[in-house]
Amino acid sequence: MRRKKKRYRKKGRNVVFREFQKDKIAMVSLILLVIFIFFVFIASLFIDQEALMRINLYDRYSPPGEKYILGADQGGKDILGQLIIGARNSILIALAITLLTSLIGIVVGLICGYFGGWVDHIIMRIIDFFVTIPSLLFIIVFVTLVPKYTVTSFILTMSLFLWTGTARLVRSKALSESKRDYVSASKTLGTSDFVIIRREVAPNLSSLLIVEMTLNFAGNVGIETGLSYLGFGLPPTTSSLGTLVSYANNPAVLQQYWWVWLPASLLILFMMLAINYIGQALRRSVDVKQRLG
Amino acid sequence: MWKTIVRRLLLMIPQLMALSIIVFVMAKMMPGDPFTGMITPETDPERIEELKEELGLNDPLPVQYVQWVKNALKGDFGMSYTFQRDVASLIGERAMNTFWLSFVSVILLYLIAIPLGILAGRYQQSRLDKFIVFYSFITYAIPTFVLSLLFLYIFGYTLQWFPTGGSVDVEVEPGTIQYIWNRFYHILLPAITYAILGTTGVIQYLRSEIIDAKTMDYVRTAKSKGVPMRKIYTKHIFRNSFIPIAAFLGFTITGLLGGSIFIETIFGYPGMGQLFVQSIASRDYSVICALVMLYGFLTLLGSLLSDIILSIVDPRIRIE
Repeated sequence: MRRKKKRYRKKGRNVVFREFQKDKIAMVSLILLVIFIFFVFIASLFIDQEALMRINLYDRYSPPGEKYILGADQGGKDILGQLIIGARNSILIALAITLLTSLIGIVVGLICGYFGGWVDHIIMRIIDFFVTIPSLLFIIVFVTLVPKYTVTSFILTMSLFLWTGTARLVRSKALSESKRDYVSASKTLGTSDFVIIRREVAPNLSSLLIVEMTLNFAGNVGIETGLSYLGFGLPPTTSSLGTLVSYANNPAVLQQYWWVWLPASLLILFMMLAINYIGQALRRSVDVKQRLG
Repeated sequence: MWKTIVRRLLLMIPQLMALSIIVFVMAKMMPGDPFTGMITPETDPERIEELKEELGLNDPLPVQYVQWVKNALKGDFGMSYTFQRDVASLIGERAMNTFWLSFVSVILLYLIAIPLGILAGRYQQSRLDKFIVFYSFITYAIPTFVLSLLFLYIFGYTLQWFPTGGSVDVEVEPGTIQYIWNRFYHILLPAITYAILGTTGVIQYLRSEIIDAKTMDYVRTAKSKGVPMRKIYTKHIFRNSFIPIAAFLGFTITGLLGGSIFIETIFGYPGMGQLFVQSIASRDYSVICALVMLYGFLTLLGSLLSDIILSIVDPRIRIE
């Protein structure tokens, strides 16, 4: 029994591998993204953040190449250093939001889908309500409402509004899964509901969840940088890719000092594309009908 | 059919009520009151108290809520403190701007997406198809604010093809053809950005619908009867694939509302989204509340519209 399970797992991994081999762009995306993340995290260890954020009016808008590889912003702060720290922050925050929303979504979705009935009914009405409200507006209002808002409160605010998608997906899957024979067999054997959910239903959803989390991660990078761009994201003391892009709100910067905002914009674009390509390849390997290899 | 629509409309009432309570509580939680921005060392604190009393800011919360809803139903959302005018007319003006922007965007969106979707589905797996799929993938992945900035930089500032802000130039006379053209010209670049960002869904849908249709019995029958392929496409496949596209209108409206915050801010277009960001910055809470309510209402309406159109055009999903 155990051996069979192992073989099956290996097969699953092979499918993913084959799918990436067939899809060159996804493969390249994966490699580039991994290299990029390693680079950002290692390089950020060597950057003195206080020195980075210190203002040098002498170097105001100094163009790339002279003193700084990618030039400096209106405060004479090195763009490259800010890019690295900003990318690290954006990745970590998007990751935290993804994990938190997935956790809430999985728990709520499993409870709804497995138990059904009035529990499901009530929770689904709440989810419906969340879906119909314009969440972006609410996040913005909430962020300005919190008196002393920090990175943590930003993550919590975002998570509060973004868990419903995962919950709906998990619910619909758990609903069909809990009607399967193995669940009723387990029930007649006297297994407790909790154990059935945790040991039997949840693992069957795992592949689907990996895809969902990957695509959510891309979405969260987009929302975080977007809100930071508008000035409602991370507190100004924490650098983010969105904040760098927001310097472009000044028409002079947008026109003349492209090195301030363009690298950050392209970096966001690169991350979004790479993560989405990886997510698509993963999705194909989960869905038999769409496989390439 | 009518039953469904009525039921959905009735369902909107509790949803809107819940929304209004949340909005009201939020407004009350906002730091500072409407006078915070106006207080100078010379302001008499007693005068402020008097004003608060006058505006009913010292009443118990439920009383204030009922008063707020009563006024809102009459179309009175109070005064904007930064603009010094009543919120309803302020938002009305901005909403008209957003409406025109959305209107042009939706038309452009379908103008771009329908041909691309048809071509991709018709010539499946060709180089053209691969390119279109790639295009729709990029537009799906790119964040609204990144594309908007790039477009503003390239087409607005570098090539100078389009104006870079506002909704109309000051010197043109309202009511003339020039005025209308000028307004349209200002809308064009943000609308193109909007349209490009929104095409993904329609393209994907049309493409897979056409690919599916190719294997249908009616197509095989027509083929075996010797009807030329071109005719099968125009007479049968396109006609069948087109109709559900209408249902996307509802989703598009919802999507446009979310994106309007970014697009209008970046292109300096005076619509509801820009007003929202400005009001948040200046803590103009009567405007914020009214806008959140309006956005919520429009989002609900958009999803209702989609469901209705879908159930009209596609009997398979008609809800009984």
